[in-house]
Amino acid sequence: MTTLTLTPPAPVRWWNDRLALSLGLLVLVILVGLLAPLLAPHDPNATNLMSRMAPPVWMEGGSWTHPLGTDQIGRDLLSRTFYGIRTSFSIAAFGLIFSAVLGITIGVLSGLIGGWCDRILMMFVDVFIALPNLLLILCGIAVLGTQTWVLVVMIGLVRWEAYARLVRGQVLVVRELGYVEASRVLGAGRRWIIMRHVLPNLASPLIVILTLSFPGVLLMESGLSFLGVGVQPPTSSLGRMIGDGRNYLINAWWIAGIPSLAVVIITLLFQVAGDALRDRLDEVNHD
Amino acid sequence: MLQFLGIRVVRALITMSIVLVIAFLTVRYSGEPFDAMYPEGIPPEMEEALREEWNLNLPIWDQFSLYIGNMLRGDFGRSIFTNEEAWRMYAERMPATLAVGGLAFLLAVMIGIPMGAFAALHRESAAARGVMWIAFLGYAVPHFVLGIGLVLLFGFHWKLLPTSGLSTPWHYILPVVTLAIPMIAAIARFMRVAMLDAVAQAHVGTAQAKGLTDGGIARWHILRNAMVPLLTVLGLEVAGLMNGSIFVEAVFSLPGVGRVLVNAVLDRDFAVLQFGVLAYAAIIVLITLMIDILYAVADPRVRLEA
Repeated sequence: MTTLTLTPPAPVRWWNDRLALSLGLLVLVILVGLLAPLLAPHDPNATNLMSRMAPPVWMEGGSWTHPLGTDQIGRDLLSRTFYGIRTSFSIAAFGLIFSAVLGITIGVLSGLIGGWCDRILMMFVDVFIALPNLLLILCGIAVLGTQTWVLVVMIGLVRWEAYARLVRGQVLVVRELGYVEASRVLGAGRRWIIMRHVLPNLASPLIVILTLSFPGVLLMESGLSFLGVGVQPPTSSLGRMIGDGRNYLINAWWIAGIPSLAVVIITLLFQVAGDALRDRLDEVNHD
Repeated sequence: MLQFLGIRVVRALITMSIVLVIAFLTVRYSGEPFDAMYPEGIPPEMEEALREEWNLNLPIWDQFSLYIGNMLRGDFGRSIFTNEEAWRMYAERMPATLAVGGLAFLLAVMIGIPMGAFAALHRESAAARGVMWIAFLGYAVPHFVLGIGLVLLFGFHWKLLPTSGLSTPWHYILPVVTLAIPMIAAIARFMRVAMLDAVAQAHVGTAQAKGLTDGGIARWHILRNAMVPLLTVLGLEVAGLMNGSIFVEAVFSLPGVGRVLVNAVLDRDFAVLQFGVLAYAAIIVLITLMIDILYAVADPRVRLEA
């Protein structure tokens, strides 16, 4: 037996709104990374052999001096985690920017010039998609070394194809639009058309795809650093901390556990935000 | 069909040749090889003799054709450190990687497909939602973090399972599960969507109208249609499995090929790195090609599109 009641739809509170909540928490994480030098209670690389492997504060023997404990040479884990977030996010962000610029340039060229240029560029994109990314990055690192810029460039190099495809598709659509045709008839040059008509139209799909691929890039950096081929000491990155702490799991789980937890939380936040963003966009597109 | 096959084979060949060129350039332009072999430096006339012996004086094109020729004769170079033949270093460690990877693949298929099907057929139930949440977690968390977590829980906290090496069957459990979980999650997520798509199709309604049982409909009309696109996902996942095994081998200290590859990068042992890259790439390209062919066999529409 059902009764018909007319209740107005409950207003969506921010804590019930997955997108707002996850994005808010992500902003918080990014702020922690940006403000790491201000927030960190200790120098992340200062060793203190008197308090090695100190447990986190909630465990027996823990103290507020090192709220999340210390690692095998007495470095403060809270500070290292803050700095690790800073490193991981900056490498991922620069890698993403690099690949976006590369992808957009190639996509715009391919879409606007067309013809044989388009065909060659797109064949290149097809082949690049088939190449195993991790192997490419490993080759690059072996040749060029493990400096941070190499990491950024290599991470960027394996991601550009998706953007190039997207941009090319959009360019092909946009350049047939009425007002672009009109401005061409009025004598607008290629550069004007790109700047005024093509790029602004690309902004929103690009922002979505970039947001969605950020966690993948972040994990790539963490994974490489975990294997020891990513960032090098004394720089701390989340992956590097996990890789280094791996050998002390029996005696001091928190050395690898704390950064692992940070990685889990960050990737989950990105996944939730990405899913919510996709749902939201689907709704908008259906309306 | 033949045209479709032709295009795919040509594409696979192009990909492989680009990998070959990259591998060649990697080795050739990574600094003077003698610096790595003789860090204290060698006299110029000896270096000249060595360059002669290793054909480094030839033009780059001749070097490339020599390289291809050697490879065709099965000569893939040796490690600068152990002087072991590169391919042998991988061959020795292949069994461990294959065993763990193969078991993980089986496990993932056996759990992932029913899990996704269940979540689609009982869409509204709490159990299905729980299943998809687990899949969501498994999808988001990378292999190495998952592995560390399982080691901490099952190895050290509950002390149930061994956590390093592969000496007994018990040792296989944690690495196989770690490698399988992200793949289970991916298959379940994909399977659920594919099933929901298949459910919405008209012939399912027809089948219901003519009075087939729910089980029969699920088996004959929904699952079969959903399985075809699953092939592509499985192919991609095998490539993912190969990447994942590098991390899983590091977490559990397994004697597999992933470690040889990572050590080659760290030591800049180029002959070893080169063979690893070629072998990995060849396997991935071959699997992709096989999936494409299977896909065309299973779904005639693909063939016609070519």
